[in-house]
Amino acid sequence: MSLLKVTSPHAAGQNRVALVMRDVLFATVPGVLVLTGYFGPGTLVNIVFGGLIAVACEYAVTRWRGRDPMLAISDLSILVTSTLLCIALPPYAPWWLITIGVLTAVLLGKHVFGGLGYNPFNPAMVGYVVLLISFPVQMSAWAPPRGLAEVPGLSETFLHLFAPETIDAVTAATPLDLLRQNTGLLFDDLMSTSPELSGWGGIGWFEVNLAFLIGGLWLLYRRIFTWHAPVAMIMALAICALMGYDGGSSESGGSPLFHLFSGATMFAAFFIITDPVSSAVSNKGRLIFGALIGVVIYLIRALGNYPDAVAFAVLILNFCAPFIDHYTQPRVYGTGRPAS
Amino acid sequence: MRTIHDIHGGIHPPERKSLSRPGHLSDAPIPDELILPLRQHLGVPAKPIVNVGDSVKGGQVLAEAQGVMSVPVHAPTSGVVTAIELRPIAHASGLEDHCIVIKTDGLDQWLTLSGIGNWHEADAAALVERVRDAGIAGMGGAGFPTAVKLNPGPTREIETLLVNGTECEPYITADDTLMQCHAEELIVGAQILARIVSAKAILIGIEDNKPDAIRRVAAAIDASGADIELATFPTKYPSGGEKQIIEILTGQQVPSGGIPADIGLVCVNPGTAVAAKRAIIDGEPLTHRIVTLTGEALANPQNVVACLGTPITALLEHAKLVAEDQQRVIHGGPMMGFAVSNLAAPVTKITNCLLTPTAKELPLPEPAKPCIRCGHCAEACPASLLPQQLYWFARAKDQDQLAEHRLFDCIECGACAYVCPSQIPLVQYYRAAKGQIRDSEQEKQRSDNSRERFEARQARLEAEAAAREAKRAARKAAAQSKAAEEGEDPIQAAIERAKAKKAEQESAS
Repeated sequence: MSLLKVTSPHAAGQNRVALVMRDVLFATVPGVLVLTGYFGPGTLVNIVFGGLIAVACEYAVTRWRGRDPMLAISDLSILVTSTLLCIALPPYAPWWLITIGVLTAVLLGKHVFGGLGYNPFNPAMVGYVVLLISFPVQMSAWAPPRGLAEVPGLSETFLHLFAPETIDAVTAATPLDLLRQNTGLLFDDLMSTSPELSGWGGIGWFEVNLAFLIGGLWLLYRRIFTWHAPVAMIMALAICALMGYDGGSSESGGSPLFHLFSGATMFAAFFIITDPVSSAVSNKGRLIFGALIGVVIYLIRALGNYPDAVAFAVLILNFCAPFIDHYTQPRVYGTGRPAS
Repeated sequence: MRTIHDIHGGIHPPERKSLSRPGHLSDAPIPDELILPLRQHLGVPAKPIVNVGDSVKGGQVLAEAQGVMSVPVHAPTSGVVTAIELRPIAHASGLEDHCIVIKTDGLDQWLTLSGIGNWHEADAAALVERVRDAGIAGMGGAGFPTAVKLNPGPTREIETLLVNGTECEPYITADDTLMQCHAEELIVGAQILARIVSAKAILIGIEDNKPDAIRRVAAAIDASGADIELATFPTKYPSGGEKQIIEILTGQQVPSGGIPADIGLVCVNPGTAVAAKRAIIDGEPLTHRIVTLTGEALANPQNVVACLGTPITALLEHAKLVAEDQQRVIHGGPMMGFAVSNLAAPVTKITNCLLTPTAKELPLPEPAKPCIRCGHCAEACPASLLPQQLYWFARAKDQDQLAEHRLFDCIECGACAYVCPSQIPLVQYYRAAKGQIRDSEQEKQRSDNSRERFEARQARLEAEAAAREAKRAARKAAAQSKAAEEGEDPIQAAIERAKAKKAEQESAS
């Protein structure tokens, strides 16, 4: 018998990074299924193709950096990054768009800073913004929902990755695009004239947001993150929308419900701004972080040039996170409050 | 009914308390050799007053306290002192320390002991003296000299004596067993301690996972008729930390850097209260303690009363250790205990548990992965620290930020490391960082000292030079004024004196 010298604590809980990442991947399933249901298998193909590129890239980079590639890949974080980016990309994106996005996210978003845990910005959003600025045409080519156009099959979609002529290039404006471009119509008229805008957030979008909300609530239930950032972001966005909503003139910014259930709102609230690495650390800090993201999203949507604004809002607040942290340290036991 | 407050954070690790069958207690055999470290407490080691070859009896003082922060060491049985030398002790450092070694004679002869009959009327100072003379140091794990705790100073008024029966560490059942088997003594001990510190109230706090102990203590309180409050509260680690139980039961927080007496509390372990009762009423010094022997590597886990100084190996044999090739023997509990590096080391006043887990039971840590700043550690931290930030700054050796984030308010409970999904040994980083900060403070102190010494020397030299200068100037002034008075040139006079001397010498030769 030899005696083992290890320091306390000797007991460890069951939680592991890979389990956290696995739960996040599971939680995207409802949203991805609804996206697929309304817009066809484009997003699904994005995710599979992007995942392959991401794993290959992670393997190569960690090897080159002298780390254990299998250890890095086995924590599934790389798949979370690529999956979140690929959900955000337009369905039926060409292979090179996905590849550039994923490589940017993995290399520029993560590894240049030292890999997992060291990135100041959300890697998926770094990839997304680089694509949005570099390839605005491809990035704004969102697919029309089922019912307004034919939805391609799975094999066609895979072929389309490399042979874009496989599918007729049908694209449609998203409800947020329509709202952005609207100049003369009252909000209610816009809703009734544009088939895409039927429902609270437009065809499909309400359900997509609802599905991501459900996935997010499950993550909350699993205690993967705390409620602070998502709730603050949703509340801030709703309040801003309420203040900007004048009952539906042509200048109106859209109702609070429209903003909450359109575009990437719920996806952002539960899957993007909850990235712990690049967000504020304390609960109070996360409230501020989330609320400011909600405000910036609304400002860009209502006043900016881009129809949706999640990626920019997240990156701007990633910048601010260390600053927020500095001013939101929790009160430590035995400090501050005087003994009564 | 007392309001029970919640503390921030905390965790619920598997308790595994039933493994050691709390409530059952037997005596461990007296070993052939007892090894009694001179320092079993926090503070200055005791000073031996016996010599090698001396015969000693149970209860006899072997080493006396040196100063205030010290307690004496007594013989737990009769025998002969065979050595006073360096021996391995149970300490995280694995270092050796000075010990008195006794070869026991198996007769277990004791000195005649006598207590203070009427402690109700005895002087508090005399009672404290008794507690110190009995060698009592906190038996919950830190080993703080109890007599020091009982002297909170004239400026601090004590409202409540709090007996901390939480025992929140998994596996350990020593206090649970003590409260079940010696509830009556516990009550008397608490009353004595309350009398010493002039506490107006006595409060006993027990975590609700010890129903038998709660029942026994409640019955003992009823039987005694004493005005003692028993409070129970939900099980959560680390509720038994002194600061934590105080917040749970009073809603108050001990000020950072302060002591419980600052907010009118003195907090003791049940074992300490029982030891105080035995010291005052029975005149018995602290020579034995209850040790939980547990872990799945033991065929016969149990609680025993062991002589202080019993080698750990003897107790593990007694509980039938079936050791693995690589065995961990943990002194204390799984959350804050340390791994023993030599089984010849003895049981001391702070040994509440010896835990020998199998590798399956408490798996060794996996390789650490990167911190993803998930914040579970911050949710678990009972001090409301931000462990993920402390980790970051500890790795960067950023001492200013570590201070800013209040590293020294960390109680090293290990809750953060327990919940960490990346299996980062956070507590190790904090201990190392604390050590580095203490080192650099000492370094700064040293350099400040030498700078002050240098400056003092400079000042002294300058003062001496100035004094010499002043003296010379004074002499010169005196000479000049003399010349002016007598109309005589002092230089001319000196030359003439020299000439006269020379002429005298020449004439003499």
